[in-house]
Amino acid sequence: MPDPETPGPKAPDPGTPGPKVPGPKVYGRQASAPGDGDALVVLRGVDKHFGTLHVLRSIDLTIRRGEVVVVIGPSGSGKSTLCRAINRLETIDSGEIRIDGRPLPAEGRELARLRADVGMVFQSFNLFAHKTVLDNVTLGQIKVRKKDRKTAEERARSLLDRVGVAAQADKYPAQLSGGQQQRVAIARALAVDPKVMLFDEPTSALDPEMINEVLEVMRQLARDGMTMAVVTHEMGFARSAAHRVVFMADGRIVEETTPEEFFGNPRSARARDFLSKILHH
Amino acid sequence: MFDFLEGYDLLGAFWVTVQLTFWSALGSLVWGTLLAAMRVGPVPLMRGFGTAYVTVVRNIPLTVIIVFTSLGLFQTLGISLGADRFTTINFRLAVLGLTAYTSAFVCEALRSGINTVPLGQVEAARAIGLSFPQILRIIVLPQAFRSVVGPLTNVLIALTKNTTVAAAIGVAEAALLMREMIENEAQLILISAIFAFGYICLTLPTGLLLGRLAKKVAVKR
Ligand SMILES: Nc1ncnc2c1ncn2[C@@H]1O[C@H](COP(=O)(O)OP(=O)(O)OP(=O)(O)O)[C@@H](O)[C@H]1O
Ligand SMILES: [Mg+2]
Repeated sequence: MPDPETPGPKAPDPGTPGPKVPGPKVYGRQASAPGDGDALVVLRGVDKHFGTLHVLRSIDLTIRRGEVVVVIGPSGSGKSTLCRAINRLETIDSGEIRIDGRPLPAEGRELARLRADVGMVFQSFNLFAHKTVLDNVTLGQIKVRKKDRKTAEERARSLLDRVGVAAQADKYPAQLSGGQQQRVAIARALAVDPKVMLFDEPTSALDPEMINEVLEVMRQLARDGMTMAVVTHEMGFARSAAHRVVFMADGRIVEETTPEEFFGNPRSARARDFLSKILHH
Repeated sequence: MFDFLEGYDLLGAFWVTVQLTFWSALGSLVWGTLLAAMRVGPVPLMRGFGTAYVTVVRNIPLTVIIVFTSLGLFQTLGISLGADRFTTINFRLAVLGLTAYTSAFVCEALRSGINTVPLGQVEAARAIGLSFPQILRIIVLPQAFRSVVGPLTNVLIALTKNTTVAAAIGVAEAALLMREMIENEAQLILISAIFAFGYICLTLPTGLLLGRLAKKVAVKR
């Protein structure tokens, strides 16, 4: 478990009045993504605790339409929590999250509808184990987007084709390899036409020979203009597909810049330290 | 040797047992599922009700519940469940009592099944925009049921045997007939053996059949 205290000025406790102490300097904050798309996902001053553990510390982050943001950082830095907060699988203590201009609703149908606009791909695939691959991909279309079965199946088959698992449509998830399951999971998320896709370490549970088939699907998605936030340790993917790299440590965004800048010339000591560790392997 | 069976409607009595079991099983499956849904749901009031119901009902002897349906519901409150013949009223009251009792066990079996469904299944369902009732109905309960066919079979077998308690309020099922025969005939051991065999004929195939079903529907992960 990493030390939750970061060096540098302490972030203001949420709720305690007093002089606002500036947070740590974020390097490269001005760097903008290619294209001047409008803001699709906006986080403002997001704070989150797990008990006494401060996992997200006044996070400000904007993801523009069509932008691919890669989030990297050491284990326990809050990357998963950040992802999960964006579609409210995790509640936040304070701050604000907006999707396409609308604040995340707290509960109920409104929230369910908004969640459909935010696709999510999990490390452990989480395909519905009792449903076939095809049913996994049609379910959301039929129950959430209210499409009829025929339309949903056509779309499902074309999505499965696009991720290269069309031949597996009638199998159950347990009959597929990890790489195939994850590609189905991507198709399932795409099927409800999300505005943005979140990936939380989508290749971390895969055998090495399967990582590329999943990354290739993601690269294609990025080329097609999908807005994406990707938590990953795949630096090759970050270099080739990301418009922007967000580096997190101890619940803060420490550095936020282009992949070239980040890998070529990391500004913060934390990022340099992190890169030296992972690039050695 | 079996002359003493003359004049007793053995098959008729076991048919009543089957009917009691069937309707009570159906009722407790529905009510037990609703109770389980309440217990895992987000509404505190429903959760509280579900928990209280199961705790109370599980700890009352079935005989007390069955007798209460007759003395309390029918004779005191005049609830006759839409029937006007005594036998029908008693039959329905017994089904009500058995359902009320058995559903607590169905609920608990189902809840343990719900606990076997990985959280990731629920999160993935939330992430594609399904609502809580949809997630329960389409994702969680189907997987939960598949994993508790075994425990539910035990509940069903217990229910089959528990229908004997309906004799307490005069429902003419097998146990009542057995009591009558024991009073009137001399072959006590033989009578007991015949009824034991009758119950085994009901429960054994159920167990075998559902055991096979359990293997067939098990969710592979
Ligand atoms: N449900 C939870 N309850 C309590 N603590 C939690 C919970 N989920 C995460 N944490 C803690 O919050 C911190 C941030 O977790 P998070 O999963 O966001 O990190 P991460 O950056 O995704 O790490 P990793 O690279 O290991 O996936 C960790 O210290 C973790 O132990
Ligand atoms: Mg993580």
